[in-house]
Amino acid sequence: MTSRRRFLGLIGGAFAAGEVAAQLDPNIQALRAAALEAAVRKITGGKPVRPGKVKLQVPPLVDNGNTVPLSVSVDSPMTSADHVKAIHVLTEKNPQPYVVSAFLGPRSGRASIATRARIADTGKVIAIAQLSDGSFWSDTVSVVVTLSACLEDGLI
Amino acid sequence: MERRQRVRRDAIGFHHGRLRLFALSIAVLVCLFSTWLAAGEIPLAERRSGYEFMSRETRAMQDDEATGPALFSLLDGEALWNRKEGPAGASCASCHGGGMKGVAARYPKVKSGRLLNLEQQINVCRTERQMAAPWAYESRELLALAAFVGRQSRGMPIDIQSDAATAPFLAAGRASFNRRQGQLNLSCAQCHDDNWGKRLAGSVIPQAHPTGYPIYRLEWEGAGSLSRRLRNCLTGIRAESPAYGAPELVELELFLMWRANGMRLETPAVRP
Amino acid sequence: MARVVVNAPARAKRGEVIEIRTLAGHAMETGFRRTQTGELIPRDIITQLVCTYNGVEVFRAELHPAMAANPLLSFTTVATESGTLEFKWSGDNGYAATQSASITVV
Repeated sequence: MTSRRRFLGLIGGAFAAGEVAAQLDPNIQALRAAALEAAVRKITGGKPVRPGKVKLQVPPLVDNGNTVPLSVSVDSPMTSADHVKAIHVLTEKNPQPYVVSAFLGPRSGRASIATRARIADTGKVIAIAQLSDGSFWSDTVSVVVTLSACLEDGLI
Repeated sequence: MERRQRVRRDAIGFHHGRLRLFALSIAVLVCLFSTWLAAGEIPLAERRSGYEFMSRETRAMQDDEATGPALFSLLDGEALWNRKEGPAGASCASCHGGGMKGVAARYPKVKSGRLLNLEQQINVCRTERQMAAPWAYESRELLALAAFVGRQSRGMPIDIQSDAATAPFLAAGRASFNRRQGQLNLSCAQCHDDNWGKRLAGSVIPQAHPTGYPIYRLEWEGAGSLSRRLRNCLTGIRAESPAYGAPELVELELFLMWRANGMRLETPAVRP
Repeated sequence: MARVVVNAPARAKRGEVIEIRTLAGHAMETGFRRTQTGELIPRDIITQLVCTYNGVEVFRAELHPAMAANPLLSFTTVATESGTLEFKWSGDNGYAATQSASITVV
């Protein structure tokens, strides 16, 4: 925790678009990256996910990782023949990868959801849309999460 | 040269000695003025709320009263305002039917010789008027009712009176603000007067005006009072945190609100 | 008493896409936090929100621990007919909450 704060102090809170080196233990990071991959595979059944059609909006520099407003919209006519069936939001560094899965349909009118998420650490947020034709599309945003300067609980 | 100067002085009637005295007085006045200013008062035109240091998205959460995170505290507060308490079955509304507009903007206040913040005033009403048990500091109920009362002054300018009764408490609060303390030997003034706007490990240092308490703090994922926030800061600089309700905390709260006079109340604010 | 809030328009034109905003009062304990002495605090979250429109499901969401406390969910639906929108939240430890909103479609 102290080294992370020192590190953040060094980079002066600058937005580094995901190129900031990891602060997590590399073993834990590897496990979480693997969990994310497994989650994506579970969603897509192994089918390819293409970037596009999806617009994920999340602030690039987050005031506090406990409550991060985000919204996802997908370019789709939302007709019976052509609509978004589901939108999944995942993160790269959280202890488990899922944030929310929203199930839509032609009655939604628009493929558009908004919520507030917890993002534990600087890294990627991914939105995956599953379309009625079975294809998967995604958008990825890199987010920098700053920690509160002073922790509330004193030293034990 | 001598002659030229004398001629000059005679012509304009300009006295070097008086000029020096004049310049010295100005210098002394400026020094006094800056010392007075350095004692914790940011000029009104330069006062900026913590709201201005937040991201657009966090500001939107404060502005969105319909689905902002502070909503439940307000709903609870409204229910408590109308709830009958104590043997007489009196609710807040029974006595304060006219509402609480302007009240929160004037607290902390001296009542019968004792300095009370809004939470303490609520408990005084509960114990002395409603004959009900006081609520614990930082309890959900106390925060909710304080938020509900505070909300009724939202948008109004903070207006702390500094009369003879308040003066000693205000002086004590000012002294606390300027005193170096804790293992890091920092005073509030060093960060919040001298270095506001700069960053402390990724977070922007605000001017520390308590314009929106009780706040919904994202770090706490819930509501909390100014006392909680002050104790958090004190822990951060490795100083001893006074207990909730301790005079030092309420005096500091009084000073901070006075220092924010003229700024608009934002209760309930959302802060990182 | 579980606290929930729904923001939905009371009136809409037929075919109009309306925005619905929902908020549930819940701490959303992640299950990853530890006490000062190291014990894991068990997970306690809302896991699902279902919205039905005159009995037909028009929106469903599965929530995970990475949802912020007091979860907000905004979505859209087409105003097809007058009637009732029903919202059902369910979660760990038998958490359940419902809310309904009437809509008049002209």
